[in-house]
Amino acid sequence: MSKPIVHMDNIEKHFGNIIALAGVSFDVLPGECHCLLGDNGAGKSTFIKTMSGVHKPTKGEIFLNGKPMAFSSPRDAMEAGIATVFQDLAMIPLMSVTRNFFMGREPTKGKWLFKRMDIDKANAATMEAMREMGIKLRSPDQAVGTLSGGERQTVAIARAVYFGAKVLILDEPTSALGVRQTSNVLATIDRVRKQGVGIVFITHNVRHALAVGDRFTVLNRGKTLGTARRGEITGNELQDLMAGGQEMAALEGSLGGTV
Amino acid sequence: MADVSEAVQDERLKQEGFATRLMKRPELGALAGVVAVTIFFLFTASDTMFTLSGVMNFMTPAAQLGILAIGAAMLMIGGEFDLSIGSMVAFSGLIFGAFVVTFGMPLVIAIPATFAIAAALGAVNGTIVLKTGLPSFIVTLAFLFILRGASLVGLKIATGGSTQLRGVRDAVENDFLTPVFSGDAFTGLFAWLAEQGLIDRFSSGMPKVPGIPVEILWFVAFALIATYVLLRTPQGNWIFASGGDETAASNSGVPVRKVKISLFVLTACCATLVAIITVIDAGSTDARRGFMKEFEAIIAAVIGGCLLTGGYGSAIGAFFGAIIFGMVTIGLTYTTIDQDWFQVFLGAMLLAAVLFNNFIRKRVTGER
Repeated sequence: MSKPIVHMDNIEKHFGNIIALAGVSFDVLPGECHCLLGDNGAGKSTFIKTMSGVHKPTKGEIFLNGKPMAFSSPRDAMEAGIATVFQDLAMIPLMSVTRNFFMGREPTKGKWLFKRMDIDKANAATMEAMREMGIKLRSPDQAVGTLSGGERQTVAIARAVYFGAKVLILDEPTSALGVRQTSNVLATIDRVRKQGVGIVFITHNVRHALAVGDRFTVLNRGKTLGTARRGEITGNELQDLMAGGQEMAALEGSLGGTV
Repeated sequence: MADVSEAVQDERLKQEGFATRLMKRPELGALAGVVAVTIFFLFTASDTMFTLSGVMNFMTPAAQLGILAIGAAMLMIGGEFDLSIGSMVAFSGLIFGAFVVTFGMPLVIAIPATFAIAAALGAVNGTIVLKTGLPSFIVTLAFLFILRGASLVGLKIATGGSTQLRGVRDAVENDFLTPVFSGDAFTGLFAWLAEQGLIDRFSSGMPKVPGIPVEILWFVAFALIATYVLLRTPQGNWIFASGGDETAASNSGVPVRKVKISLFVLTACCATLVAIITVIDAGSTDARRGFMKEFEAIIAAVIGGCLLTGGYGSAIGAFFGAIIFGMVTIGLTYTTIDQDWFQVFLGAMLLAAVLFNNFIRKRVTGER
């Protein structure tokens, strides 16, 4: 078995007197999709923000390829190969796909005063990267605002992969999408995984997790309730863990097992 | 799992025609405006308006406003406003006048020194906006009054009680840098053209238009450089990104702070360039210099397609916006229409431009 790219060991994060994370351990292997499940308020967001360098853990250590790391900014994490696609996608609707794709990392040509953006190269790279993800753009100067939610998600993922992400953290990428767009995004996840990128897929939708996940970790009240491999756990069991067991059982009784 | 690697052209997308593509350019509205205004004056104004001298006549104020408008447009694309541009013209004019008249500095020292002071003030503007997170509207509104007042007080100190500082022309008359900022360019060419009878001349044989006023050259050059920077450099991309969504931009590694402060410095420098050109031209400076120019510059930028919310616009648009301004201000004097209609026209134009821009933005982003 290969070694994890990122290993988070017993992470704790406190905000004042609130304990958001009370000892969470988590790791990602290359080429796997590790789903992080949890209900609202379980600490998912805090956890990924710690992993992507936004927050510093109060306790615990982060290992990157076996070496302890301390990220002081998202930039550090990005340079180490940990890319995060947040729900807002860091995308600007009024700008073209190419300009968004290369935002902050524009390819240039020419020297000194004549140093300029290599638009042709940027356009070609964008079209190519999007084609690999199964999206055919009308033109690279199409504004991002004209893309659907799923397509935007894919642009953000393609961008992270293009710039050499080894670990890709996806923050609820399917939460606001329709059925078809969701399956497109899940297909994209599968495609990226096959390139050897480790994926952390955050969601509270068990069905989406089961569709692509290799391993599943459930977070509840700032703690991990354990990690299961694909095939070792059913959807219902995951659902119960996420909701904290008993309450869910009671609810399901009254709803006739439809949740 | 369904494999969707087969990307197909969505059958619901219509092929885009040339006209639709053109519609998506931010400067389209301003270009259409120039055409409309030209047609209007072709019918109403006397023929002299569109002779060479008539064109120079309206291009000169257009250029002076346009240099400010392009700076304002770039700042607006970057997501901020600068209401202190007009006052900055007066303040830079005072500094420049004091340097050349009171201290007797040669232009080669006075001009860089004036630019340095203006740039520092622009940086102060920008730093306050970014540090406090206050809207630039309020911060620069404060500077509108501070700089206007400081110009008045400064002029009184420099002149011993007057609000006008004279003697600039005498002080710079023989300076080798004066032709760069004042007078006409290509005078030889124009004299030759007149000799050949290709352009209008007086009975003495001298051309009616001695050359191209230098501010027009500055204006055109600045418009070209600004467009190049916006569309073809990483810095241009950063400007759009900073104005489009600050958080998204800085999360993607765009140095938003640096970009915005540089833009505030740029507008201050634009104001200074206009101040130097107009002060040398008039031979004096006074506290009302640049009065209301901040609004005119922003209006020209909006007519040029800049969104008030930032992230969208063009320098060429502001270029055309300023030309519309120049044509209307000067053009009305060639007609029998009461010139006081100017402001009515201005307001109507602004309103039309904003509505048009809104419409365009919806087309671009595919909003419904």
